[in-house]
Amino acid sequence: MLGIIASIIDGVLVGLVYGLSAMGLTLIWGVMDVINLTHGTMIVGGMFALYFLATGLGVPPYLALLPVLAGGFLAGVALYWLAVHRMVGRPPLMSLLSTFAVNLVLIGIGVWGTALFNVAVSLPGVSLGRYTFPGAHILAAVLAAVIAASLYLFLHRTRLGKAVRAVANNREAAELVGIPTTRVLAVTVGCGVALAGVSGVLIGTLFPFTVLSGDGYQLKGFVVTVLGGFGNPVGALLGGVALGLLEGAVTPFVPVSWTLVIEFALFVLVLIAFPGGIFASRRGAL
Amino acid sequence: MPAMVTRQFFWIITLVVAAFIFIPALGDDVQLRESLALATIYITLASSLNLMLGYAGYINFGSIVFFGLGGYICVWLVDAHHWPLALSLIAAGIGVGALAFVFGLGILRLRGPFFALSTIGIVEGVQAFVQNFEPWGGSAGIYISPEVFTPLGGPARALWVIYFGLVATMGLSLYLSYGIKISKFGLGLLAIGQNEDAAAILGVPTPRYKAYVYSASAILPAVAGGLYFFKSAFIQPSDAFDLSLSTEALVVAMLGGQGTVTGVALGAYLYEELRGYLLVSGTFSHFQLVISGVLLLLIVLFFPSGLMGFIYSRFPRTQKVLE
Repeated sequence: MLGIIASIIDGVLVGLVYGLSAMGLTLIWGVMDVINLTHGTMIVGGMFALYFLATGLGVPPYLALLPVLAGGFLAGVALYWLAVHRMVGRPPLMSLLSTFAVNLVLIGIGVWGTALFNVAVSLPGVSLGRYTFPGAHILAAVLAAVIAASLYLFLHRTRLGKAVRAVANNREAAELVGIPTTRVLAVTVGCGVALAGVSGVLIGTLFPFTVLSGDGYQLKGFVVTVLGGFGNPVGALLGGVALGLLEGAVTPFVPVSWTLVIEFALFVLVLIAFPGGIFASRRGAL
Repeated sequence: MPAMVTRQFFWIITLVVAAFIFIPALGDDVQLRESLALATIYITLASSLNLMLGYAGYINFGSIVFFGLGGYICVWLVDAHHWPLALSLIAAGIGVGALAFVFGLGILRLRGPFFALSTIGIVEGVQAFVQNFEPWGGSAGIYISPEVFTPLGGPARALWVIYFGLVATMGLSLYLSYGIKISKFGLGLLAIGQNEDAAAILGVPTPRYKAYVYSASAILPAVAGGLYFFKSAFIQPSDAFDLSLSTEALVVAMLGGQGTVTGVALGAYLYEELRGYLLVSGTFSHFQLVISGVLLLLIVLFFPSGLMGFIYSRFPRTQKVLE
């Protein structure tokens, strides 16, 4: 019994990080109907930034969050001008293709091997009877929750965040009341990619990774987005927890390579059964 | 079909197929044959993808699954069950087509971008299945012994037989593309591509049509995959489900002009030539994905109607001849 509870708690901890990683995807999706297929690669970018900062320069792992946040934002703004700007308002298939193309270029540049990288984080764990929760899991979950909360505050309490929500709601109306929509869209993609980057840092402290790990996390991101409702960052956190719970429950019974398949089957089933997402109140609930 | 034979474009396809057969065969030119063999595979994959992308407006990021599964079924039947090649190829085509139909009934209920995302999941799923499926050698794959070439008259002749098989597959894929385009079925697909809700309201049976076309786009890549992996006498998951090939099929279809038969074939041929040229120079061969990516981005941003869009606008009269 205790084992199941421990597995559930660990599922929630990891799930919060998954939720954070999906948040960037769902933010961009919700604001401009663009599915960012570079998301997985940006997560990997965060992981490698962590690796080089922590093992190369000796920066404490969690301090890597700040440069990654800034770098991710700049990368996102660049992505917006390169691949997204001309696609806004065009059929979503075109932006799928354009971000897919950018992703190919990034993967093509980044593939220098598929070696496994690992960033060792030694933190004291918390014991509960016979079970010990790794300190890295707890801290990553707390940080994910903090970052998610700051995103919520940004969207609801700041002028720029309110502008983002206004553009998500109705771009033309936002333009009419004087919001510089293009700049807001660029900022949104910047935030989305920055979120991908910081979630990459946090995931990198939990699990080993390769250059190609991004695909799996991107697929998880889609599942979380669908569970949580499109364009709903808070729902994404709940969706992430749901996915973490599922993984915690499934992992003891099936080989690892099937986990993604089960998650993908869930993705299709949820889309068919609840086209708006399970936790979604309504479309575009930013 | 009978209506197709009376059309000019049907004979243009036939002429192209004949050229693919006779030019290398008469000159007994092995090097040309190998380069054209790759071109036939690109044309088959891109034309089949075009049925989904260009006609129905659905992006399939996982078209490589059909190619790889077809390869596996064919190699496995030849190796473990000693089936003749022709029969194995037919089995691969029918098997993968049927599987695609079943998948299609499920995932084609998803619209637009969601379908595209779920095709990424299909790749993951099939790959996980094959890697864990013992009869297919798991992640080690299947080797076939050279003896299987004996019924075809030895390895040297077998390569010609395989090449003619590939050309036939390419020809079928072009006829299929054209045949669907001029049929009522094709009209329904184009309507789905324009506006799926409107098409459904006007009586196009959209779920059924989408499942049919998904299945149709699976059969010929499966046969091509069977031939390709029979030729290399070896198959393993990382080759069979190589992401770069399904990516290239997308690039090629966009390059030539999605929705056109000529454009896609022309794009495939040009891309293959370009690729062969770049692969020879060592520095570029590492950047194949980068080149495909940049090419795709430029096309999507600036020339969404591709090569044929350019030709049609410059020479409007070609629109009547080249589909």
